[in-house]
Amino acid sequence: MAEGIKDQVAIIGMGCTKFGERWDVGSEDLMIEAFQEALDDAGLEKKDIQAAWLGSGVGEVNVGKSALPLSFALKLPMIPVTKVENFCATGSEALRGAVYAVASGAYDICLAIGVEKLKDTGFGGLPDMPSIMGTKNRHIMPNITAPGGFAMMASAYFKKHGIAPKEGKEVLAMISAKSHKNGAKHPKAHLRKEITVEQIMKAPIIASPLGLFDCCGVSDGAAAAIVCRADMAKHFKKPDPVKIKSIQIALSSGEELMYDKWDGSHVITCRKGAKKAYEEAGVKNPREEINMLEVHDCFSITELAAYEDLGISAEGKASNDVRDGFYNLDGKIPCQPDGGLKCFGHPIGASGLRMLYEVYNQLLQRVGPERQIKNPSLGLTHNMGGFPAMNLVSIVIAGL
Amino acid sequence: MVGIVSYGAYIPKYRIDRKIIYKAIGWLNPATYLPGEKAVANFDEDSITMAVAAGIDCLSDIELDSIDSMFFATTTSPYKERLGAQIISTAFNLRDDIRTADFTDSPKAATTAMLSAIDAVKAGNTDKSLVCASDCRKVKPGGSQEQLFGEGAGSVLIGKEGSIANLVDSYSVSYDFTDHWRSEDDKFDRQWEDRFIRDAGYKKFIGEAISGVLKKCNLEPKDIAKVCYPSLYAGDHKSIARNLGFTPEQLQDSMVANVGYTGTGNSLMLLVAAFEDANPGDKIIVASFGSGSDALLFEVTEEINNIKGKRKGIKKHLELKRDLDNYAKMISFRNILPVEKGIRGEKIPFSALTEMWRSRKSILGLCGSKCKACGTIQFPIQRVCVNPDCGAVDKMEDCQLSNKKGTVLMFTGDNLAFTPNPPQVYCTLDFEGGGRSWFDMTDVDLENVSVGMSVEMSFRRKYLDEAFGVHGYFWKAIPSTE
Repeated sequence: MAEGIKDQVAIIGMGCTKFGERWDVGSEDLMIEAFQEALDDAGLEKKDIQAAWLGSGVGEVNVGKSALPLSFALKLPMIPVTKVENFCATGSEALRGAVYAVASGAYDICLAIGVEKLKDTGFGGLPDMPSIMGTKNRHIMPNITAPGGFAMMASAYFKKHGIAPKEGKEVLAMISAKSHKNGAKHPKAHLRKEITVEQIMKAPIIASPLGLFDCCGVSDGAAAAIVCRADMAKHFKKPDPVKIKSIQIALSSGEELMYDKWDGSHVITCRKGAKKAYEEAGVKNPREEINMLEVHDCFSITELAAYEDLGISAEGKASNDVRDGFYNLDGKIPCQPDGGLKCFGHPIGASGLRMLYEVYNQLLQRVGPERQIKNPSLGLTHNMGGFPAMNLVSIVIAGL
Repeated sequence: MVGIVSYGAYIPKYRIDRKIIYKAIGWLNPATYLPGEKAVANFDEDSITMAVAAGIDCLSDIELDSIDSMFFATTTSPYKERLGAQIISTAFNLRDDIRTADFTDSPKAATTAMLSAIDAVKAGNTDKSLVCASDCRKVKPGGSQEQLFGEGAGSVLIGKEGSIANLVDSYSVSYDFTDHWRSEDDKFDRQWEDRFIRDAGYKKFIGEAISGVLKKCNLEPKDIAKVCYPSLYAGDHKSIARNLGFTPEQLQDSMVANVGYTGTGNSLMLLVAAFEDANPGDKIIVASFGSGSDALLFEVTEEINNIKGKRKGIKKHLELKRDLDNYAKMISFRNILPVEKGIRGEKIPFSALTEMWRSRKSILGLCGSKCKACGTIQFPIQRVCVNPDCGAVDKMEDCQLSNKKGTVLMFTGDNLAFTPNPPQVYCTLDFEGGGRSWFDMTDVDLENVSVGMSVEMSFRRKYLDEAFGVHGYFWKAIPSTE
């Protein structure tokens, strides 16, 4: 009987670039920037890395295919390097590869790095969705974009829970306002400006009911993690290392989109993935045990649904927690203490590792007094790819 | 007797008041103004999609497997080479072992197609033959064609049993008359002088054809309940009937005032309109115009009473309308006015034609699968059942969804996606009786969309890949027209 990987792997170094419209650098520069920080943080040299995983979600825009872009950029000494891609959860997938490789006993020290250079498309938003989902979907999927795919969930969520459009939009605006307040304080965030609920509600509509500030930015960036056998961590600079408690991922079976039992108001895979992750990590009551969240707030409605699907807010009641400030930086479970995708933007391959970067730094209590959560010991990242009707959700729980 | 066993029609929902056109561009040719409104195809409609819509109306209660030939008549097929009739037949899920053909190059093609279908049935080579006719014409801004022409489609099913109107006889005249023409590389029609078209062609040919069929049948104009033919010139439309000896009441309304002259689809649309008011025993003449004229004389049977009220036809489609208050929108829909699409809009993903081929039943035919083990209906066609409690493999049968109503589960209006008619509205919907998927919505205003609303499916152009010359078709959801 498999027992999971709890506490077998430690994170000993992380790096994250400044996220934003990095017109003057390419994906190679971003990878070098994130890697060097992680290497310095771990106190290692490049030759210590035994195997690496590269995550890039839309390589056709800039990075390219295969793992060669990473081994070339870092001049890795002909070690095993694997490229992974799993939509917007690609960064977490790179981490899963590195962590599992260490947990399996195949290697002692591995690298996971995620990168995306989105601002080479020439237009706002992500590249065309139907065309990146295979030749058949190109013919039968609607003319859908990422905000539209999630906006549909808002229509079903509001309808199911009897929330009036204006009331719903206000709750969503409060979620974004909270993230902007946090992101404004993070030097590596892309969008560093506090905005009011009123400004958010008045912003132009991108996909109804979501306005401009309900949507995360589109950015360039990279993030990296170096992981090792937990029992080795004491040999490095981390006597009390951050350890991986669980990594789980759940993918849609087509049931949401093709079978008629899903009501459209929540994300089934998140519920399934979270349940398994809590089991693996030994979390009995997430609302009491988890100290911080980094969720995949590609859109405000995604964050609202995640509060419930992660089992932290009761179904249909997340708006009460939002209004109570439960997820604020000074609340019971701060969510997006770094500003989230909302403020960092979403370089697809990097986001999952960027979330973990914040959890890691918060757990090590080194983010500075403005944003530091008091004595956190367990953090969770929620990294989602696809649309609510067709998606995958990756959950990582890390703790001391 | 061979005759028409079913009929259908389609008029696109958009109507533009001709004053709006005249206000925008009437300064160019001040004599072009016509009263009334005209029907304008949405940006995602063309002669093929409208032919499908008319055919759906015609086939609403017809056993599809009984059809063994399908003819499409148009002068504006989106493809110079690729059989329009076969795209249409695939959309209807007609059998593969049937005969299909396009009749084209003159608006007369509709009646010629109908006569060919009648001949095929008479000869015993085919039991039922479907004819769909439509046009979606690009016209130069500021000309009289822009005022006159409207869009629409008509459809008839030819057969022997259960005919609602038997063909008594027909008479054709054919001439190489170049009233208008379009050479291989022309985007727009060219047209000779109106006086020539009117006096040497329009009035003459229609008159010849109608008097020819009357003579063949030994009938007088007074024996005819309704005479139908296109109106290219309002005054002459009336005078043709008068000169032949018909009273104004016998002349079928031309629909120029509320739809426009619809080209190849026109004669079938006028015939459908005449059937809607016909009684058993009525004799109806329909004549076309273009490189001559075909006149067909039908006698209505008792069966007409069984079809009335079961087709949207002309009457219901005239009621189903939305105002188009914008001339620029009208000409951008026809790709006459190039608009800024942005890089996102310009970047049309490559279409694998191999995929279009192997998935044609799902894409063009909107066929899903019904699991024989658990009954779950699923789209697109699947091999492994999606029901998590079933999962049966290869226990599927095809299940057509295009004729099913649906209910909106979730929706949005998207301003980020490029569409020629923003916002891009789309939804996830549940089909009545089972099956769920997501679809673009069209012919709808976002403010009228809600969770739980009733929708139906409409065959539309999904994309136009100008670099590769591919018109991609699929189905979209439209508000229920019931």
